[in-house]
Amino acid sequence: MRRLAEEKITALHGAGGLMMEKLLVERIIPRFKIRAAGPIGLDQLDDGAVVDLPPGKLVVTTDSHVVKPIFFPGGDIGRLAVTGTVNDLAVMGARPVALTMAIVLEEGFPLSDLERVLESAAAALAGIGVALVAGDTKVMGKGEVDGIVVNTTGIGVAARPVSDAGLRPGDFLLVTGPVGDHGMAILAARNTLPLESPVESDVAPLWPALAAAIATGGITAMKDPTRGGLAAALNEMARKSGVGVEVEEEKIPVRPEVRGPCELLGFSPYELACEGRAVLGVAPEKVEEVLRALRSHPLTAAAQVIGRASSEYPGKVILRTAVGGRRFLEMPLGDPVPRIC
Amino acid sequence: MHLELSYFRDPRWAEKFRRILGHLAPREPVKIVHVCGTHEITIAQHGLRSLLPETVEVLEGPGCPVCVTSTQDLDCALKIAEKGAILCTFGDMTRVPGTRMTLEEARAAGADVRVVLSAADAVAIARRHPEKPVVFFAVGFETTAPGTAAVLLDSPPPNFFVFVSHKLIPPALEALLAREPRKIAGILAPGHVSTVIGAAAYRPLAEKYTVPIVVAGFEPLDVLYGIALLLRQLRAGTAEVENAYPRALTKTENHRAKKLFRKVFEVGPAVWRGIGEIPGSGFRLRPEFAAHDAAQEFGVTGEVGEERPAGCLCAEVLMAQALPTDCPLYGRVCTPMIPVGPCMVGMEGACNIWYHYSGRPRL
Repeated sequence: MRRLAEEKITALHGAGGLMMEKLLVERIIPRFKIRAAGPIGLDQLDDGAVVDLPPGKLVVTTDSHVVKPIFFPGGDIGRLAVTGTVNDLAVMGARPVALTMAIVLEEGFPLSDLERVLESAAAALAGIGVALVAGDTKVMGKGEVDGIVVNTTGIGVAARPVSDAGLRPGDFLLVTGPVGDHGMAILAARNTLPLESPVESDVAPLWPALAAAIATGGITAMKDPTRGGLAAALNEMARKSGVGVEVEEEKIPVRPEVRGPCELLGFSPYELACEGRAVLGVAPEKVEEVLRALRSHPLTAAAQVIGRASSEYPGKVILRTAVGGRRFLEMPLGDPVPRIC
Repeated sequence: MHLELSYFRDPRWAEKFRRILGHLAPREPVKIVHVCGTHEITIAQHGLRSLLPETVEVLEGPGCPVCVTSTQDLDCALKIAEKGAILCTFGDMTRVPGTRMTLEEARAAGADVRVVLSAADAVAIARRHPEKPVVFFAVGFETTAPGTAAVLLDSPPPNFFVFVSHKLIPPALEALLAREPRKIAGILAPGHVSTVIGAAAYRPLAEKYTVPIVVAGFEPLDVLYGIALLLRQLRAGTAEVENAYPRALTKTENHRAKKLFRKVFEVGPAVWRGIGEIPGSGFRLRPEFAAHDAAQEFGVTGEVGEERPAGCLCAEVLMAQALPTDCPLYGRVCTPMIPVGPCMVGMEGACNIWYHYSGRPRL
């Protein structure tokens, strides 16, 4: 029989002693293929990493991930934790250079689940050639935290950083693929509603898919529509940019298997989270070029123009509905599905 | 299903209706009232107000069952929960303020309040917990009352009780018309309720108050068609009951539903929040079902609590005398996160719907 400490996380794993080092050296570190972005990285187990930065502006972002369930159709908390941070860098116009990862585990968390999560995070990083340079593991008592929390911090470099406040009247609004997949996949996976959906989460790192589009210099504003979905992203862009935005319902891609359950449950697909999409504002003269660049990568192949910015109703988003009516698309109150990312 | 939905959302037909409505537009401003949260959601979600003539205003009356549930009934439900029963009800009901607190707050204080999707779910809970009384707080109009009636006729376990707060739409319409005769130019009647009670139920109202009544469905084109028929009647000066929902409403009477209701309920007066007592507007259990009557089992009576927080216009909104945006609290003090009045809580409440889908401005 295997001993408990070999199957489940115990308080000892987080105590900084030999158990911890064993866990790190044997179970965690070797999974990550790229472990340094400079002279000191993960292997050295030093107090910090030293990173060689390519030229450009430094972009930093951080996010803690608490998704429930931790394994869901199309992904898991490991892939999500890498994706969330990489995408935040990408929509800032930055090439991701290195990530750190801090994990908080609940006592009793199965080691096999931890291994699956790490394997998945490592695969996501390896897929885009980004290094994991530092990390931390803490264990909390039973009931003090729900299973696992994964924080990632990312640094990237941008030749020309893109904010979410740069929309100008006349700019086109683009979305890189169908919206609401992640939110619906999580909702269906929770089994709390009489609902089955074949939808998989869209969770995927958007770098390097966005690289060519960024290089055109035509993107005036960009955001990843995570919590609060497309509605929140557009409202935030409109408000911060001081412009109005009008989008057409007919042009917003939503899978029928997302729209159907939304109709039944009274959710708006525009408020459901995405984890592999970007919303872009693009200067009119660059739209064709940006669309071509996006459509050349499989992750953004379904990119589409959904509307335009104007000086009408600054700070607000207008939706031209499928029947031809017009209304404001309001900032969502909160995500209809809590604990999604 | 997807095909059918898109058919009733065809923008080419919507454009035709926009032009027809333009031709039928009354010269003087008119007020059309519907009494259904689902109608309001369709109108707001699809931006239909932007397709209506400027002189036509459409308002939601007492169409949100959660919103019109009286504080007395809510207080009774609270007391039942505090007496140790498992109290089951629909989700948004748990957030409506009673005199002392909401059911959600009662749950936080230790009461066992559960959200169910149907009366049958509550019966299932009762079967799982034979040792505890399980009470279904039954709110809703003629569309949800059959569900309550059905479980009571299907020999529920002895620990299952119902606290009945079901209400009837035609008497509420009458109260609306009686309070402000001639101010309401037409009524868009709810399609689902009408399939249960039959369109004939509206005829006495149309005659007594010389007001056209059109039963309409819930897709955008259904609503536009219903409004077009109302405007046509206004122009012709008629006051008929018309059916703009023929694909669902096929008969003028629904004898089966009436029989089901008669077996389980009797009609009596009911108190509507913001409106007051309306005669013949509520269901209560027939004596044969006394063994499942939560009001008797727990001996609860409601207090006449605070019906209206200062500044709240819910009563006027429920009587179609004010728009949500007329309320000084709307969007400032009163939001779906921290609702003050019931119209901001109920998912079918006009204020809640306007907050989500933006009823104003007419773009």
